[in-house]
Amino acid sequence: MSSVLRMAAGGRLDRTKLLRFTFDGHEYTGVQGDTLASALIAVGVHLVGRSFKYHRPRGFLTAGAEEPNALVTVVRDVARYTPNLPATDVELYDGLVAESQNRWPSLSFDLGAVNDHVSRFIPAGFYYKTFMWPRRAWRSLYEPRIRAAAGLGVAPKEPDPDHYSQRYAHCDVLVVGSGPAGLSAAQRAARAGLSVILCDRQSEHGGSLLSDRSARIDGEPAQVWRERLLAELASGPRVTLLARTTAFGYFPHNMVGLCERVTDHLSSPPSHLPRERLWQVRAKEVILAAGAVERPLVFPGNDRPGIMLAGAGRTYLNRYGALAGRQVVLITAHDAAYRAALEMQSAGAQVAAIGDVRAAADGPLPQAARSLGIPVHMRATVVGTSGSQRVSSVRIAQLDDARNVQGSIQSLSCDLLLMSGGYTPSIHLFSQSRGKLAWDEGIRAFVPGTAAERTHCAGACRGVFDLAQAIEDGAAAALRAAQALKANVDEAPRPHVECDAMARDGFIGALPQPMGHEPKKAFVDWQNDVTVRDLALAVREGFRSIEHVKRYTTTGMATDQGKTSNLNALAIVAGELGRAVPQVGLTTFRMPFVPVTFGTLAGHARGQLFDPVRKTPLHEWSVARGAVFEDVGLWKRALYFPRAGESAHQAVARECRAVRTGCGIFDASTLGKIEVVGPDAAEFLNRLYVNDFASLAVGRCRYGILLRDDGYVFDDGVIARTAADRFHVTTTTGGAGRVLALMEDYRQTEWPDLKVWLTSTTEQWSVIAIQGPKARHVLQPHVQGIDLSPGALLHMSTARGQIFGAPLLLFRVSFTGELGFELNVPADYAAAVCEQLYAAGEPLGLTPYGTDAMHLLRAEKGYIIVGQDTDGTVSADDAGLGWSVSKKKPDFLGKRSLARPAFGNPARKQLVGLLTADRTTVLEEGAQIAERPGEPAPRRVIGHVTSAYQSEAVGRPIALALVAGGRSRMDQTLYVPMNGREVPVIVTSPVFYDPKGERLNG
Amino acid sequence: MLLIHCPHCGPRPEIEFVYGGQANIMRPGGAGVTDQQWADFLYARTNSKGVHAERWRHVYGCGRFFNAQRDTTTDQFVDSSGPRT
Repeated sequence: MSSVLRMAAGGRLDRTKLLRFTFDGHEYTGVQGDTLASALIAVGVHLVGRSFKYHRPRGFLTAGAEEPNALVTVVRDVARYTPNLPATDVELYDGLVAESQNRWPSLSFDLGAVNDHVSRFIPAGFYYKTFMWPRRAWRSLYEPRIRAAAGLGVAPKEPDPDHYSQRYAHCDVLVVGSGPAGLSAAQRAARAGLSVILCDRQSEHGGSLLSDRSARIDGEPAQVWRERLLAELASGPRVTLLARTTAFGYFPHNMVGLCERVTDHLSSPPSHLPRERLWQVRAKEVILAAGAVERPLVFPGNDRPGIMLAGAGRTYLNRYGALAGRQVVLITAHDAAYRAALEMQSAGAQVAAIGDVRAAADGPLPQAARSLGIPVHMRATVVGTSGSQRVSSVRIAQLDDARNVQGSIQSLSCDLLLMSGGYTPSIHLFSQSRGKLAWDEGIRAFVPGTAAERTHCAGACRGVFDLAQAIEDGAAAALRAAQALKANVDEAPRPHVECDAMARDGFIGALPQPMGHEPKKAFVDWQNDVTVRDLALAVREGFRSIEHVKRYTTTGMATDQGKTSNLNALAIVAGELGRAVPQVGLTTFRMPFVPVTFGTLAGHARGQLFDPVRKTPLHEWSVARGAVFEDVGLWKRALYFPRAGESAHQAVARECRAVRTGCGIFDASTLGKIEVVGPDAAEFLNRLYVNDFASLAVGRCRYGILLRDDGYVFDDGVIARTAADRFHVTTTTGGAGRVLALMEDYRQTEWPDLKVWLTSTTEQWSVIAIQGPKARHVLQPHVQGIDLSPGALLHMSTARGQIFGAPLLLFRVSFTGELGFELNVPADYAAAVCEQLYAAGEPLGLTPYGTDAMHLLRAEKGYIIVGQDTDGTVSADDAGLGWSVSKKKPDFLGKRSLARPAFGNPARKQLVGLLTADRTTVLEEGAQIAERPGEPAPRRVIGHVTSAYQSEAVGRPIALALVAGGRSRMDQTLYVPMNGREVPVIVTSPVFYDPKGERLNG
Repeated sequence: MLLIHCPHCGPRPEIEFVYGGQANIMRPGGAGVTDQQWADFLYARTNSKGVHAERWRHVYGCGRFFNAQRDTTTDQFVDSSGPRT
């Protein structure tokens, strides 16, 4: 389709490179340099979307990322399916496929448009007031229907196949935005020898200069100045130029998040490139030159396709060589917008009229319009528009101060209605940085006030719209930044700028309507279909805070975050409340400035790379034995070792049997280990743990319990004294990090006088547990230097020796209730030692067992697991470990808390054993426990099950539980509601097996 | 992300640190500690708006605790060289 709307020359296009693309299945052709929006406009397509709620036909409101209307889905394949992209912000590439959204069955014939005719019944917040009955229908009927009818695009159904990268950067000055102010600031900063990063969201640097063809700088077109300046910056050794890079978040201490779009504009993205790159830039000084967003005017029927911002019409013409309409009407409240009308006229369009809201406009641009014979109507307002899928006419009236119509209402034919209420400075990043805002009455907008960070604002983002002043302002901001960094600044030549002088004017709120006429379908927020009436209704219903009005009406929400709508909404609410705009205040600006993909934020941290994986030195040995693994924190632990044809349950039962009757081998390497060394090591542990460690003899071990200062169990583990000044502390697998952190805290901040040093040795020692009545028999032949005989190496003692030539720190300890040894071997030797020991032991029945069997074996003995049988509200006594708490020590962590009366309350939950009366049901861990049978809900709960297993050694299911006053309930029957029935359980001691502990002796 | 000045290592990004809560909370000792004093030590914190004395630990660096003064309304550090307590 050849285009008559495409200008023969001009714009930043390469007309020799034709790009084919499809929109809703129709094939079109654009050229290199187009956006999807400009390419569609050049072929006369303006209807591109249906609105969120009323399904009204919508076109392009803007030419940039602030676009609320023209949202499309860009499809590369089934996984690369990106919804909700503003067509105004999508760079065209050859083969691009785009689809419109929120329409059915088609864009031009959309059944959802019936909503538009019933709009008076579905105002803001309608779903809070209607669809209330019957209550059950909300979830099954109303909500799904409303959600299907309202909305934006559809999320892709496949995982994102692209990859994303992340990097950090540091610089002296980060300049956000490369319009006239940003370019000028970057140049001045670079000339001062500072390292500079200049980023801009658009595909090319230059900002408003890219759409300008009237201004001249130093006697040449402004474009030439821009190119010269960019060449200077590109050759600067300390300058980084980033295009297609959006500063989306301003974080504390001048950390700015940038999102660089690397491949979205390419026809065939190379697979080695990331789709997007996250830059986390720490800048010493930040210069915000973020520009401004043009503000729509609010009048009835202001949302039809063909109604767009004056600046957008100018951008499509000057930058993209596309004529957005042939019959043009402009409605405005400031001088700068006249330039759009003048340029459209000179490009061949017919400007039928200009309506100006103000009482007078006598600047050079309005004068130029009049001298061209364009009718200019002052004190004008728009009372309505017509056109079903494209604007066809606009009705303009002139109002007096009493809002009476003077003369008649004029209906003007047009296919393009340009509008402009002025410019709203982009204060998003400044506000995100917690800078204070100030109200500028001249431009009717908020501007940056007091900065909270080392931030300097320049140009349009602080209300300096005039080109010459913006360039000057950028240089001045760079000067301030350079001075703050004590850089040498030389006098740079000041460019001579020729541009039209303009009054600082603007309009916010809804255009006045004739007395007695409520505005209908006057949209404030295009994306959320919020009208003047919705805002007025919210105020009438009692909403006063702008934050509440926003949440109730949804104005300023969704993907555009109200970039075009916020100020108008604020002015309308302020008017309804009878207060001044600055008194009503703004809603909070939050990151991101524009939507950022999850991929960019996640970077490479997905799938396998989401978290590190910790494997023990025995991991490969376990793999070779056929282990099934479980995740414990970051660790991979062997859960059980199934043999051919065995179920998990059978494997665990066999492993347990081996340990109870023969000998098992277990990888306990994940145990946390901390070496505590120094003359005060014993005193240090004495102050931390509840046990008495000062009296522990060298070569002996003790089961230690660590409380927090609030008196609850924090961690446990066996602690060995390996020398007078040296302890080998073990912790739970999950607790290793937090125990060391707690120890360091007390060592550094409470007891800095103690001479003691702490070292994590978790990964230095690998631990092989050999447990079972035959453990000594299996082990003794291979251990040198240690006599394992019962009288020589006592239970809970430690000795140094060698095994298969490797250094060995041997513990005689048991977490199974059987005779047991734990071999600590330096990690590098562990695999070899394990292989040889297993080769030698297997013929004797040595059986690998995993964490499932370990858990069952310890539960049969009533040994707790901190974090499973305790939960942060369990004291040592609650857990049945009161015997370990020293009565003699003056202090230890949590001691003072134990003196509180609550800790002596006999009704506290205490650890007990439970046996199911039917001898077959295995309880569910976490199940609640009730005292009396058959009570109706809600039942009084007296405890819960913490661990539950089928135990072969006991011959029936066993469980551990925390039960109120549990130790005084021995042999009572309690009831566990579970799976719709009630399981009677008998309270018993938590030690189910070998209560006298005789098996520890082998 | 905060830029935190470790008094031993210099400015480092926040991810190298862990927060240590309010600073200058003394752990009461001795026999005469009342329930109220002990409860205050365990649970009472000021939650200040403005300058707040707090502890940081440069856990992925030198490992040391230090005290800092941070304005909770702006996140700006007034001082981060204080002695550890």
